[in-house]
Amino acid sequence: MEKIRSASELVSLREQIKKELSKNKLRILVCAGTGCVAGGSLEIFDEFKRLLLEKNLDVDCELDKEDNCNNNNSYKVAKSGCHGFCAQGPLIRIEPEDILYTHVKIDDVEEIVNETILKGNIIDRLIYKNPSTGEKFSKEHEIPFYKKQQRRALANCGIIDPESLEEYIANDGYSGLSNAVGKTPQEVIDDILNSGLRGRGGGGFPTGRKLQFGRNSKGDKKYVICNGDEGDPGAFMDRSVMEGDPHKVIEGMAISAYAIGANEGYIYVRAEYPMAIARLRTAIKEALELGIIGDSVLGTDFSFHVHIKEGAGAFVCGEETALIASIEGKRGMPNPKPPFPTDSGLWGCPTVINNVETLANISLILDKGPDYFKNVGEPNSPGTKTFALTGQVANTGLIEVPMGTTLREIVYDIGGGIIGNKKYKAVQIGGPSGGCLTEDHLDIKLDFDSLKTVGAMIGSGGLVVMDEKTCIVEVARFFMSFTQVESCGKCVLCREGTKRMLEILERIVAGKGTVEDLDLLVELGETIKDGSLCGLGKTAPNPVLTTLKYFHDEYLHHVENKVCDAKVCSALKVYAIDPEICKGCTRCKRVCPAGAISGKVKEAHTIDVLKCIKCGACVGVCAFNAIKEA
Amino acid sequence: MAKSVVPKAQRSFEKVNEIVRKYEAKESMLIPILQEVQEEYRYLPEEILTYVATALDISPATVYGVATFYAQFSLDPKGKYVISVCDGTACHVRGSSPVLDAIRKKVNLVDGKITTDDLRFTVQTVSCLGACGLAPVVVINDKVYGQVTKEAIELILDELIQKEAEGDN
Repeated sequence: MEKIRSASELVSLREQIKKELSKNKLRILVCAGTGCVAGGSLEIFDEFKRLLLEKNLDVDCELDKEDNCNNNNSYKVAKSGCHGFCAQGPLIRIEPEDILYTHVKIDDVEEIVNETILKGNIIDRLIYKNPSTGEKFSKEHEIPFYKKQQRRALANCGIIDPESLEEYIANDGYSGLSNAVGKTPQEVIDDILNSGLRGRGGGGFPTGRKLQFGRNSKGDKKYVICNGDEGDPGAFMDRSVMEGDPHKVIEGMAISAYAIGANEGYIYVRAEYPMAIARLRTAIKEALELGIIGDSVLGTDFSFHVHIKEGAGAFVCGEETALIASIEGKRGMPNPKPPFPTDSGLWGCPTVINNVETLANISLILDKGPDYFKNVGEPNSPGTKTFALTGQVANTGLIEVPMGTTLREIVYDIGGGIIGNKKYKAVQIGGPSGGCLTEDHLDIKLDFDSLKTVGAMIGSGGLVVMDEKTCIVEVARFFMSFTQVESCGKCVLCREGTKRMLEILERIVAGKGTVEDLDLLVELGETIKDGSLCGLGKTAPNPVLTTLKYFHDEYLHHVENKVCDAKVCSALKVYAIDPEICKGCTRCKRVCPAGAISGKVKEAHTIDVLKCIKCGACVGVCAFNAIKEA
Repeated sequence: MAKSVVPKAQRSFEKVNEIVRKYEAKESMLIPILQEVQEEYRYLPEEILTYVATALDISPATVYGVATFYAQFSLDPKGKYVISVCDGTACHVRGSSPVLDAIRKKVNLVDGKITTDDLRFTVQTVSCLGACGLAPVVVINDKVYGQVTKEAIELILDELIQKEAEGDN
């Protein structure tokens, strides 16, 4: 395609593409997000292509092959980004009817082509079935998981082919950038200030103000950085946006660069996200070729170049000063602020760093206007927020809801409740720096300010649901072991303090904790928060502190009674043989590595609790289920 | 301690040179350089770290500092199959620990070792692969396996071990 030299050329190209795309009678979208690819969706894509070709149906409309599209009867198979409904994958969506097939296997493809594509019949076996009610849904938008959502930042994810710039443009792509370059940089910043957008990376700092600082800073060379170092275990919103709609991220970066007067940008992506990196590379190349970014953005004087930097596996690099150090090729250790990056960032130049989702929202605001953006959400937290809903919930996946949606709506309406109708226990929000939300918090509004009042934070937006079978002390230990490993070692309190906290927690789950340990945890936690430089140390004790507050009894049971209520901590388990059921077969006695089981053949056996090492080997071999955990 | 009398294996530095040249020997490109070197050798051999330091005109300590800071880099050789068990929150609460134990048992790893002596398998945990909807997740080289159970991973590994055994004959 020829380079675009003006905003009006972009508009006419969009019309042209739309016309071509409308010639497709039917579109088959195969989800190619990480989740579905793991389930074999790429093979399914190839199989669709092969079968349609075999039946002479694949007349995939391509812009440069005009003559292919003379008939209005063509079928298009495309790969899409993440639909968000990962647990149901691989997913196939058929447009225009909006049919969603779940758990599709390669053997199902032929039937889909013969029945649905050619005859329009819906295959009952492949449509979504609500696991708790059994109700079936054939259309994607009717499924309760999607019904309560408002997908704005994710609008294109699962809808367009992320490797096709044409499809992005056809869906109003780059019109935000085109609007922006038609305004003065200050007008662009005013739009974002007006929208009330707050950074989606965790802290919730107003994005417009950050851009204003960057603009006001003096300097010939400025940078914009996209923070795609989504290290929070249990979060994958940014991955899905980068994989499913890479151009939106680039567009948001270009708009930010124009606003502050930068002409170079870096996207910092975790190396654990190879697909996101590949799609971003393709997107940058295509946008450059079309003249959307590069030396002359849409024919204007503004130039913008963007590079990708792969992370190398360090959670702390999500912190902006550490991220900058990493881009510079150094150890990713945070630096004290001020100076803030907007004054002295990458190579000492003014730098504005924004999270992936924030950038997607910037594109949206410049495209649809600040009023559209803030017509949902809360007054102080406008717009929508994406969350990664995972753990013991029926529908796991990626969701986007207006700010202020309650936890109950998310867990029960969208998430479909707890797996196996177990009891809800808690939600860990914001990963290892966030906090725990209990049953009492189910009706709390999820927005920046409400969460702060209960000691939690949105963080990047991971929601891990835990049921009654989850031991809260073990979970706290798990988070502490994560932050302890990821502490960069710069601040003594974070480096040594997290280690001591972890040791105490390990002691507690091993049944060797004392009541005094609990006070010590609080004291250590508060001290680490006070004495650490960056967000990692300042928030690392949060999971322990919030669980100590809301699940104090559970901690007490561990240290006083040596009992794990959820029966997770193996050191606290007590095994006993039911003499009524035991047949005296001696199998358990033979397998016990500690010689703790005694008893004669054909007589009930007993376990010596003092010798028992709680390995559970006896439970595994008992053919009569006579051995019980207490 | 007496040094080995066998001269250090004459590694071909050609490939390293090529990588360094590609990044114009820029100090800021140290991380991508090390990433490519690791891809080539499956780990970061010590003499290559020193070589890279000289080529970039920085101290070996700086290179060593970066190489040991990031979890992705390994100073020990890794196995032919790198098995990464995700231990992110979602995978953890859905039972990644028993899966990890089963894998370690299957490939005979004991005493905190992560690579088998025959350099076939490396078993490691990673913090989060971002495929939480499929928890628990295991990645073997580049292939992602979702909703893994102890039984399922044993079958997958049996197949791999079998394939390896056939390759030997």
